[in-house]
Amino acid sequence: MNVIVCIKQVPVSGTVSIDPRTGALKRENVPGVINPEDLCALEEALLLKQKHGSRVTALSMGPPQAEGALREALAMGADRAVLLCDRAFAGSDTLVTSYVLAQAIRKLGGFDLILCGKQSADGNTAQVGPELAERLGLPQVTSVQRLEVYQERLEAERAVESGLQWVEARLPALITVTRRINTPRQPSVEAILVACREKEVITWKTDDLGIDTSSMRFLESPTRMAAAWVPEPRKREGEMLAGPTKEAVRTLLERLRQRQVI
Amino acid sequence: MTSSSDMKGNWEGRGMVWVFAEQSDGELARVSLEILGRGQELAKALNGQVWAILLGSGVTGLSEELIYRGADKVLLGDGPTLGDYDTSIYCRAVTDAALEHKPDILLMGATDIGRDLAPRVAARLGTGLTADCVALDIEQETGLLLQTKRGYSGNMILTFVCPDHRPQMATVRQGVLQPCPRDASRRGDIVSLSICPGQENLRLRILKKAKRAGQDSSPQEARVVVACGRGIGKLENFRKLEELAQSLGAAVVATKEITDLGWLPEGHMVGQTGITVKPELYIACGISGAIQHTSGMWGSGIIVAINKDPKAEIFKIADYGIVGDVNEVIGALIEELDGLKTGWGGCT
Repeated sequence: MNVIVCIKQVPVSGTVSIDPRTGALKRENVPGVINPEDLCALEEALLLKQKHGSRVTALSMGPPQAEGALREALAMGADRAVLLCDRAFAGSDTLVTSYVLAQAIRKLGGFDLILCGKQSADGNTAQVGPELAERLGLPQVTSVQRLEVYQERLEAERAVESGLQWVEARLPALITVTRRINTPRQPSVEAILVACREKEVITWKTDDLGIDTSSMRFLESPTRMAAAWVPEPRKREGEMLAGPTKEAVRTLLERLRQRQVI
Repeated sequence: MTSSSDMKGNWEGRGMVWVFAEQSDGELARVSLEILGRGQELAKALNGQVWAILLGSGVTGLSEELIYRGADKVLLGDGPTLGDYDTSIYCRAVTDAALEHKPDILLMGATDIGRDLAPRVAARLGTGLTADCVALDIEQETGLLLQTKRGYSGNMILTFVCPDHRPQMATVRQGVLQPCPRDASRRGDIVSLSICPGQENLRLRILKKAKRAGQDSSPQEARVVVACGRGIGKLENFRKLEELAQSLGAAVVATKEITDLGWLPEGHMVGQTGITVKPELYIACGISGAIQHTSGMWGSGIIVAINKDPKAEIFKIADYGIVGDVNEVIGALIEELDGLKTGWGGCT
C-alpha cells in the first residue's frame, strides 16, 4: 500500500508579521515546524506502515527551508520525501497549491491513500485537502479522528457539529485528520542524524512537474490580498473590583444586576 | 489570451449572489440565514438578486422560509439521495447549477459541511475561495466582493478579492452577520433542480451516526457565557465552573488548551480557530487574554475577567476585573448567586 502525506511547514506560533510597506507576509528567517495536524497525518501514515507495511511518501510545497520539515518526516520514518520548490510557486493560494500538489502526486504514481492535516495553523483555511481530492478525482473524508484501512476501502470516524459520523469510502481516497487521531512520535536523536546526513530529499521544480511556466494559467492565484491591518479591540473603561473575594464578588453582582445582564 | 479572460469569460454582469442554504434534519443552519441577510445587501449594491440553493430530502417546506428571510429565488433540490450530506452529490448539484446560472458570488457557512463542500466546488469551478470570513462588502469602484477574515493567530484583519475568476466564493463564520427579520409577506420563485446521482466511486457510505450528547445549546446563541481558561487548574474546578454557569443560565465555552484536554467539545472553543461569541455578558475565568482567544469574544456586551495575574491582558478589554484565585472567586459567586435565589424565592 502506498500512502502519501502532505505536510506544510508553518512558522512557530506568534512569529509571523506583515511587512507594513508591501502588505506581504514576512516568512523569511522565521523558525518553522511541521503543521501540528500534518504531523498527526504523518503519524497515522507511519502507523499504517507498521500495520500493513505501507510505503510512506512525505510531500511538501514550500521555500528551500521546508526541506527541514521533510528531514523531520524522514527521521520519524517516512520512506521518501519530496519538496516542491520553485520561485514560481511563491504566494500561491490554496487553488494553486492543490494544483502543484496534484501534479506531483500524478508524477509519483500509484497510491492508495492521501493523508493531510485538516488545516494549517497559519492559514486555517482547511481548503487544500478537499481541493486536492477534487483535482485527483478522489473521495474525501474531512475532520477524521479515527481511521481503519482495509484492502480496498477505509472506515473513518469524523467529528462534525451535529455529533459523530462513521463513514466508509473506497480507496484510493483522501483523508484530512484532526489532532484527536493520535499523538505523533518523537524521532530518536540517532534517527534525526541519519535523516539529516544520509537521506535524500528529492526536489522538484516546475519543469519536473510538467508545468509550462510560459503560460501562467495554472500558477496564477485567483485570490489576492487587498488589505491587511491590525484591529483595535474596543477600549473599555475597566473597573477593578478590589477587596476581599466575598466583597469583590458582591460588588460585581451588584454592577451586573444594575446593568440588567443577570 | 490570459487566464483571467479564460476564467471569467461571459460569467458576469447580473449581480447575482448565491447562498448555500445548509440544513440538517429539516432545520436551516442559523449561519445560512445570517449570510442571506447580508447577501440581500450585497445584491442591492450590485443591482442584482440573492438566490438560495437548498438541498435535502423532504425540505421543500423550507423554501418559503428562505424567501421570508430574504431570498429572491430558491433553487431547490429535494430527493432521497440528498438526505444525508454527501460531498460528491452536493458538489455536483451546486456546480451544475452554478455553471448554468453563473452567479457572481457564491457564499456558504464556515460550518463542517460548508468547509467540506466549498473547496470542492471552488476547485471544480476553478475559482478562488476565502475561508471563514467575518465581513463581506462590495467595493464601490470595481463591484468586487471584499472578503474579510482574521489571519495569522487572529491579530490581523485581512481582506481578499478574487478579481478575475467567477464565482467569487467565501465561507462565512457564524455569529458575525445579522439575519434579516422574517417577513412572511415576501414572495419569490422556487425552481426545482434536477439532481445527478454523482460518480459512484466518490460516494461515501454512512455506517453510523451519533448525535452529540446532552442539551448542548449553541454557545453562540447564549445571552450569558462563562469561559474557562488554563488558570482553572484541574477538572474538578472545571466542574465547579459548570455549576456557576448553571446558576447563571449560561453556556460554557473555553480556550483551546481546555478543549484540547477534552473537557469540552471543540465546538465550544472560542477564538481564532474556534467560534465567535457576542453574548450580553462574558465571564472569563482563568483566561490570560491571548489574542487567539480574545479575537473570538471581544464583541461581547459586558466582559468580566477573573485572573490571579493583575497584569493579564484580559483585564485590558474587561469592563470589570477581579484579581484573585479564580476558583475561590467562582466558589464565592456560586454561594452569592444561590443566596440571591433563595432570597428572591418568594418574589418570582
